[in-house]
Amino acid sequence: MPKITFIDVDGTSYDAMVDAGLSLMEGAINVGVPGVLAICGGSCACSTCHGYIDDAWVALVGGPNDIEDATLELANERRAGSRLTCQVQVTAAMDGLVVHVAKND
Amino acid sequence: MVIIGAGQAGLQIAECLRRGGHAGRLTLLGEEPWPPYQRPPLSKKYLAGDLADERVFCRPLAQLAKQEIEFRANTRVVAIDRTARAVVLASGERLAYTGLAIATGARPRALPVAGAEHPAVCYLRGLQDAQGLQAKLVRAQQVVVIGGGFIGLEVAATAREAGKTVSVIEGADRLMARAVAPGISSYFAQTHRARGVDLRFGCQVSGLVPVAAGGLRVELSDGGVLHADLVVAGVGALPNQELAAQAGLACANGIVVDEYARTNDPLIVAAGDCTWHVNRRYPAPLRLESVQNAVDQAKIAALSLLGVAQPYQDLPWFWSDQYDVKLQIAGLSLAHDTTVVRGGSEAFSVFYFAAGALVGVDSINRPADHMLARKLLSAGRAVTPAQAVDLAFDLKALLQDPTG
Repeated sequence: MPKITFIDVDGTSYDAMVDAGLSLMEGAINVGVPGVLAICGGSCACSTCHGYIDDAWVALVGGPNDIEDATLELANERRAGSRLTCQVQVTAAMDGLVVHVAKND
Repeated sequence: MVIIGAGQAGLQIAECLRRGGHAGRLTLLGEEPWPPYQRPPLSKKYLAGDLADERVFCRPLAQLAKQEIEFRANTRVVAIDRTARAVVLASGERLAYTGLAIATGARPRALPVAGAEHPAVCYLRGLQDAQGLQAKLVRAQQVVVIGGGFIGLEVAATAREAGKTVSVIEGADRLMARAVAPGISSYFAQTHRARGVDLRFGCQVSGLVPVAAGGLRVELSDGGVLHADLVVAGVGALPNQELAAQAGLACANGIVVDEYARTNDPLIVAAGDCTWHVNRRYPAPLRLESVQNAVDQAKIAALSLLGVAQPYQDLPWFWSDQYDVKLQIAGLSLAHDTTVVRGGSEAFSVFYFAAGALVGVDSINRPADHMLARKLLSAGRAVTPAQAVDLAFDLKALLQDPTG
């Protein structure tokens, strides 16, 4: 089971063992990572699960589709590795992935 | 502190109380057997069978325990004893409170038609409803949806995608008439018809008659007759305010709360679908059924219980996914005098203006417009119809302009 590390805005790390097929957001919620609010529950409708894929992993995780990209356009502090974590499906290859949680409100 | 109701609002109140510094006992009471869960997927992915139960839960139980939130499932509250400051459970047990939050939600309006108690007639509100409906949908071939609102249309889309024959009966002359502009309604009418849904406007169901071979004969007020193996009624919801009313709390179309989510008892707040509430953005009280309202109003309610008076002024927003079409609504736009459309025929937004001010934006497959509209409306920035309609005009620039 892939291990994902979430780092919240205060710098605290949370390790989550996430079943492949779940989203990064679900993995974060399951271990209670602060700042991953996911108000819309993963419908790509609110951007409150915004996170930054660690630079080393951006290529493997890939970029957003058009809908997610447009939703992210006005998210707080968008950067190169920005993703809505509800839209990233965890795969076995993501074992060790690091995600920095954005300032979500 | 005690919270009655373990939906999105109840959970949010509990977590905000804990995060906000409440160190004492915190009890979250839910009538249903499950931990707090999300309702939006119930008419979509969950109904389609694409999500396991755990995936609609808001939190694993362990996360509630970690926050020392004492969550009690299968627990029904039968009375609030305001004199003794205690809630009375169905078991007879009494739980004393120093602060109480009511987040009892809403329930589907019953179909006022003879024959509506037949087991082939379903409603969709909770997880149990969704489980029942999902099982019946699998076996059904002909589905009749009564009500062309969000729930009805999402169920219609899910049923159609599962290959069922689907009819939608709507009393008004267009879909989602209480929520969106005619242009949005006609887009969705075209979308559903293009997928093969039979839409019937301007008529009601006048009778539901059991058929010997199974299912129901659905009789319509315009003389039409349909056969249904499954009838899904999505004809609105009523606030669960009886507990509050019996305890002498003021109720209207919902539990009456002020802009701080306070009832007329200083120890009791209420939040979410069950409230008739004040939002500082709007002149008249509102009752909203939405995740946004549940979550944002819950924060205000929790703050009030912690002694912090923060007025409720969050912008309402909503969404609906039908097939691959994403409808997103920012603001309340019923009282508008002007509309303009931004975008093309498959991806566009309707901007609503009242007396020259932007009051709401409905977006179809234009999520960037929606996110922008939420920011513009929240900040109260001035937008003109001419700017809104002009794709060459960068609306984002209005966010940067401090004099906006």
